[in-house]
Amino acid sequence: MIGNPLAAIGRVVLDTLSSIGFATRSFFGLLQVSPGAMRRPSLISEQIHFIGNHSLVIIIVSGLFVGMVLGLQGYITLTPYGAEQKLGQVVALALVRELGPVVTALLFAGRAGTSLTAQIGLMKAGEQLSAMEMMAINPIQRVLAPRFWAGVIAMPVLGTIFSAVGVLGGYLVGVQLIGVDEGAFWSQMQANVDVRADVLNGVLKSFVFGIAVTFTALFQGYHADPTPEDVSRATTRTVVIASLMVWGLDFVMTALMFNK
Amino acid sequence: MHRKMIDVWVGLFVLLGLAALLFLALKAGNMSTLSFGKTYAITGKFDNIGGLKPQAPVKSAGVVVGRVGNIRFDDKQFQAVVTLEMDAGYKFPKDSSLQILTAGLLGEQYIGISPGGDTVNLAAGDRISRTSSATVLEDLINQFIYSKAADGKDASK
Repeated sequence: MIGNPLAAIGRVVLDTLSSIGFATRSFFGLLQVSPGAMRRPSLISEQIHFIGNHSLVIIIVSGLFVGMVLGLQGYITLTPYGAEQKLGQVVALALVRELGPVVTALLFAGRAGTSLTAQIGLMKAGEQLSAMEMMAINPIQRVLAPRFWAGVIAMPVLGTIFSAVGVLGGYLVGVQLIGVDEGAFWSQMQANVDVRADVLNGVLKSFVFGIAVTFTALFQGYHADPTPEDVSRATTRTVVIASLMVWGLDFVMTALMFNK
Repeated sequence: MHRKMIDVWVGLFVLLGLAALLFLALKAGNMSTLSFGKTYAITGKFDNIGGLKPQAPVKSAGVVVGRVGNIRFDDKQFQAVVTLEMDAGYKFPKDSSLQILTAGLLGEQYIGISPGGDTVNLAAGDRISRTSSATVLEDLINQFIYSKAADGKDASK
């Protein structure tokens, strides 16, 4: 059927639709077995250690540098208007609303998502998951669900740490290095950052990104063909799809949350 | 033993997250300025509130003495009805007046309350009738242009 473009388009549309449907079905399947996984919290805490604690260093270093760059660039932009006191507000709002959740999610996809995909993919390639099924253990409940919830829990924690460290980075550059007035820096920040509208919405964003990124990573690993090539391809797909999902979700959530 | 250590590290991780949240809420956010103290509500009617928003401060002599609660429109008198949540610790005379002011040239708008001389204080539910509206920049410019034009006419005579 070469040379029938209509059929080719139809195939692409059908493939896309069925993969979206399959992913949705898998997502609800994962949620369905989650209560069972919750009964063994030690599995989840082990995964939080693997996903969260090991990502801490890159999150803190990135947050610090993003905050420092924001402080520097914000100062350069604000000085012509004599508004460098607003630096604290600029740094904090940019971090808490957007950069904290989004950059953390992208780093998280690269740091933890890939390792989850590779791990699950190799487990599948080594037929460990099939072996579990043979022993009447549901691999989705035993392997996937604890990793999923660990990612969902770790992501907001990491995002919050990123924002807090970033604010400190902005403070270091803005106040200590450049010499913006310290009192104005903090008071402008406090006057314009709302706990509910900005801080908690940022945490909510991280939470949603945590669901999207972790689920993508697990899904790609679980449904990779058990070959070295496809496991490596699945790892790449995790980063690409998770990043695109983060951008898309971020746009929608920003439009919903900060539309005043 | 190994199991315990992992729990300790995870606990530390979550604690670090909570500390970060607390830092953002208290140091970067307005949690410390949110007043959970007792307030009493009074209302004021304005012809034009300009860009006043809920949660804007109510200041007297520059000190925050309350916050703007909600803002409604009265379609009988075609005026804006602003509810003010005043800090219960501050009492003002009944004949105090309200003004909508702007912080700086382009800053946020807030309400200034100027105390009157009455011996009876405002109580919850009271309405302040002496109010002055926000200054709208266009009106100001119009006034300026008209007065300039009038000056020009006089000079040419």
